[in-house]
Amino acid sequence: MARRSAVIGIGQTDYRKQLEVTLDGLVRWAALEAVADAGLTLADIDAVVIGKAPDALEGVMMPELSLCDALGAVGKPIHRVHTAGSVGASTAITGATLVESGRYERVLVVCYEKQSEGNATWALSGGRSGGQGAGGTFAPWIREYIRRSKAPEHIGWMVAVKDRRNALKNPHAHLHLPDITIDKVKESPMLWDPLHFLESCPSSDGAAAVVIASEDVARRAPHPPAWIIAHAKRTEFSSFPGRDTVRIQAGLDCAEALYKKAGITNPIEQIDCAELYVPFSWYEPMWLEGHLITPEGEGWKLTEAGETELGGRFPVNMSGGVLSSNAIGASGLIRCLEAASQVRGTAGDYQVDGARVALGHAYGGAAQYFAMWIVSSEIAPTF
Amino acid sequence: MAFPSREVAIVATSQTPSYRHFDGPEPVLIMRCVNDLLATTGLERDDLEFTIAGSCDYLSGLPFAFVQNIDGVGAWPPVYETHVEMDGAWALFEAWLRLQLGDIDVALVIGSGKSSPGHPREAFPLQTDPYVLAPLGLDPVSLAGIQARCLIDAGKATERDFAAVASRNRRDAMGNPNAQVTGDRSVDDLLKEAYVCEPLRRHDLPPISDGAAALVLVAGPRARDLVERPAWVTGMDHRIESHHPGLRDLTTSPSTALAASGAGVGDGPVDVAELTVTYSPEEIVLREALGLGDGVAVNPSGGPLAGHPVMATGLIRVIEVANRIMAGSAQRGVAHASSGPALQQNLVCVLQGGE
Repeated sequence: MARRSAVIGIGQTDYRKQLEVTLDGLVRWAALEAVADAGLTLADIDAVVIGKAPDALEGVMMPELSLCDALGAVGKPIHRVHTAGSVGASTAITGATLVESGRYERVLVVCYEKQSEGNATWALSGGRSGGQGAGGTFAPWIREYIRRSKAPEHIGWMVAVKDRRNALKNPHAHLHLPDITIDKVKESPMLWDPLHFLESCPSSDGAAAVVIASEDVARRAPHPPAWIIAHAKRTEFSSFPGRDTVRIQAGLDCAEALYKKAGITNPIEQIDCAELYVPFSWYEPMWLEGHLITPEGEGWKLTEAGETELGGRFPVNMSGGVLSSNAIGASGLIRCLEAASQVRGTAGDYQVDGARVALGHAYGGAAQYFAMWIVSSEIAPTF
Repeated sequence: MAFPSREVAIVATSQTPSYRHFDGPEPVLIMRCVNDLLATTGLERDDLEFTIAGSCDYLSGLPFAFVQNIDGVGAWPPVYETHVEMDGAWALFEAWLRLQLGDIDVALVIGSGKSSPGHPREAFPLQTDPYVLAPLGLDPVSLAGIQARCLIDAGKATERDFAAVASRNRRDAMGNPNAQVTGDRSVDDLLKEAYVCEPLRRHDLPPISDGAAALVLVAGPRARDLVERPAWVTGMDHRIESHHPGLRDLTTSPSTALAASGAGVGDGPVDVAELTVTYSPEEIVLREALGLGDGVAVNPSGGPLAGHPVMATGLIRVIEVANRIMAGSAQRGVAHASSGPALQQNLVCVLQGGE
């Protein structure tokens, strides 16, 4: 029987372009904040798990080798995860697994990306210049979602505005756009129809870190732990004729496995808020449906009714989400740690009142990798 | 809580030959191993509850190269899967811990790499610190040469000792159908060759290889159901050292010694050891760090000097030990994997047969 684990410390850099900070400086910044929040120092850490998107984004091969000194990992195990855009959440799950296995008491999980050191769209196009980038991959699938669901075109604009307004409450966010409006979104240049410039994520620099600890350690932590109630991962092929790229089987399977493990039977009622990986506006309604939070065809209605705003029935991306900060390799961990922050009650101006159960999520590749966790202020929440 | 709480064993292994150039995609190498494992065990694809692979985008020069590899896994219906940008031996480490959680019993572990499309000696300097080391073009062969020079200067080894490692590995590899570099060359003969990177000669360096390896890891009684003599994983640990060569004593490997202690190498006799000796001088460093006496057979497969499919090399060491235990020719063995320049990061795994 696996033992319990919890997030007891959180650290984040700012996610703006940071030409003045090295890669070492970036990961150490987040790591030191996380261990301090946990009431620890780097010397107390048993093992380090590091995640990021492709090494080619910064041109450093297997960067755990050159970052181990900055992370205080010399003499310790350091483990490196890479599952494309889902990597941040996958790394968090590996960190939880290392503790749940009984092997380690305190694991430091660090994820980062420094997009200013490379050209992500080049790398995301398989290293071929002039490629389609991530938006070019996803836009046709988004159009298919719109066709099937008959969602009106303003849904994407609404998500873009909502997430940027949330980001105004988050000092770490890359984009602070106080004057954003629906009109500005729809008048911004079209990048990949139907995605406008302001419906797309930025290229950010940043690192995020959490300390995951065993139950014994978590109960002695100086601040409230976020108990990791369940985690799940699923992967499927990139493409094959007939693949449903809107309602993706791996996404459905991942959510089902996650809710079953957590004892959740009615996600929209039993989960208080979610940080979903939404790099392009339309993925909010698509994941609401694709992860069984709403019935098929109903996700956009929740968005349109304003129910995914702070104060709504099911707040999504209270921190501003990937649309406001996208340090790619860190983005999944940021979703997971923002979910943890909500149930710890430390989310500041974007705190969801009384958040008890929260969802952190990431996806990657050709929307084929999924990694999700449920955290709670209670070690054994009942529903 | 006592760790490990569950007994976990390797029940089947597979590896492709080490090819100088495999004329096909990496997923095919993986698929061959997976098909082989399913045939050997009688398991169905759906029985593999957790899949974890190790590979490196930079070898193929293609960001997200690992994504294609799931084509070789057979990810439909969708699978519970993850990936480390590390040698497959680290995938094994995570799988071993994952099975401790108790909810699943069967894991597929993969390591794969194709070095032939690129130029490893030009790519690997990108492993070094991008600010102070990479601009120097400090490649792994040069670093291995520095390590060899340190050993000679410290009086711990001679060029003849390095050649003896290479000569023995090539001879042993003649019995390994997967080996790439084989042959009966005497030490004196090898020492007549010119230097590649003084004091290293060609035989002190690994070949450039393509290949894959995979194994099935099973927890609890199911392991005994699947195979008569499973190779039990009794301990595993890995550690890293400072990245900066100037801060390290390259004649020793304290991270290997720590990992060996964590894995329990010294808790019993060692019949066989398969070590990631990518450059021949490393065997001298590793033998000492692992506390292996002269009587211990090291790299009876020929080791990485006979075949080095990067990212599978470490997992193949585990497989070579496991195969000997499952066959009954060894009772307890040590496998070692390494990452980074001059043995910066090291993993040690102890395997044992049943009582």
